[in-house]
Amino acid sequence: MASLPTPARENPARENPVREILPREITSETDTRDQLRLERAHRERRGYGEHFIVDLDAHHFETDSWNDLVDYIEDPILKATALSYKRHPDSRLGPVLLHTNGGQFSQSAAGRIPHSSLSPGEAVDDASVHRDVVPLRRAMDAMGIARMVVFPNALLQLGTHPDPNVEVNLAFAYMRLLTERILPGDPRLKTMAFLPFCDPAACERMVETYAAHPDVIGFMITSVRRHPVHSNACMRLYARLQEIGKPLAFHAGIDTQNGTMLQLDRFVSMHAISFVLSNMIHMTNWVMHGMGERFPRLPVLWIEAGLAYLPFLMQRLDNEYLMRQSEAPLLKRLPSSYIRDMYHGCQPMERTNMKLLEATFEAIDGENKVLFSSDWPHWDFDAPSVIMDLPFLSEQGKRNILGETARRLFRL
Amino acid sequence: MSEIFVARLDEMADRQRRVIAAEGLEIGVFRLGDAVFAYQNRCPHQGGPVCQGRLMPKVEQPLGPDQAALGLRFSDEVVHLVCPWHGYEFVLETGRHAGDAGTRLRRFRTVLRDGGVFVLL
Repeated sequence: MASLPTPARENPARENPVREILPREITSETDTRDQLRLERAHRERRGYGEHFIVDLDAHHFETDSWNDLVDYIEDPILKATALSYKRHPDSRLGPVLLHTNGGQFSQSAAGRIPHSSLSPGEAVDDASVHRDVVPLRRAMDAMGIARMVVFPNALLQLGTHPDPNVEVNLAFAYMRLLTERILPGDPRLKTMAFLPFCDPAACERMVETYAAHPDVIGFMITSVRRHPVHSNACMRLYARLQEIGKPLAFHAGIDTQNGTMLQLDRFVSMHAISFVLSNMIHMTNWVMHGMGERFPRLPVLWIEAGLAYLPFLMQRLDNEYLMRQSEAPLLKRLPSSYIRDMYHGCQPMERTNMKLLEATFEAIDGENKVLFSSDWPHWDFDAPSVIMDLPFLSEQGKRNILGETARRLFRL
Repeated sequence: MSEIFVARLDEMADRQRRVIAAEGLEIGVFRLGDAVFAYQNRCPHQGGPVCQGRLMPKVEQPLGPDQAALGLRFSDEVVHLVCPWHGYEFVLETGRHAGDAGTRLRRFRTVLRDGGVFVLL
């Protein structure tokens, strides 16, 4: 099957020949370059093709390579379980050990947004690299991305798995798949290592394993979980991260198994709230327990919860802190000032009210603290043009957000 | 104003389309029954290739006399054009967003003449 992007062709019409754009309809099998063709055109027309663009958040569909991943599982019992499914001809459809959401899981909006299920159907043409490299490479080319930070997809739900051994084993197996088979396929690909946060000792082992790896530019906690980030058991982990100088990120996610979320019976409602809530819980604990005072040189990033929740949380915490300071005695400043010290992935950037968005950027020092994030290929992705189109940013602010701040933060 | 030939009408089945490039624009031309509609292939949201998205019936939620919700169903009449980038849904006959009439596609006039479909630029 040909895997070149679909060429435009001359319409064989008899009068005023025009060029037909193909494919007529974009589907889940359409080449990534055709999916993102117009973003490339926007970039060329707007003239920001030379900007250094870092994508803080893109996704690798690890379930497409599940049979590769299970080979790296260390625990022999878990590995045997996984391999028993690997032999099943339909194993791709339901990887054992995962703890993904049942019920509401319609990322593609019933097929309306086909790139959400892009990877399985797309033909690839380069056998010299792992298959999963090719769609990522095409997306980077189309969006002009110089560095793409890749995270898993279904594994983002692992933090609520009832067996901590599963999270630990899959985290290490995934990191081996990523760093040994996928990241070497393109020098632009990077990651922030998956920390199995249910087990602080395992997290420390993960840090030691990848502290010096050039493609691991930080470490990541999946936010969908019930583990308090201020637990004393985690202090050595944070101290070590601060010592090695690699940032810590919290990646939000869908949390349909949260009892509160079970009240929301539409995907749009659950998605709108659960991503934000999962980060707000950890951000609140991080701030109110004085983690910014305890580890002042550890950069902390918050990913995939958008930006609109930040001014709400800043004002809410400030307001209540001033009345109940004795419950947060480690703080030396208002809670909002600690949030202003943090970094925030922009996506999905809420921009239906430009005045509110501008106020948000002002509150969080957005020109210096917001990092471009595409979330490609998820349904609510943002292309770099969303930053270029913001009317209130300075030109340097746009460059900072698109890549210069990330270049400094990650030493790229 | 230019008159651009798109296709013969009998070459476009009902609910089929052509997406063409002409005079620096990309334009999607859709047949719906005996009518033809043309829009710029650029979503007002993020500039996505809206005219290359799915055509789907509108989803409706009928209510009972007591305002009770009676479930979801597909419309038999209204067709939506869905932007493949983010799912913005536009009523094919009007080019307006199904949930926000102020968000709309750029529309072009069409002409049916001598069995041909033309768009006016």
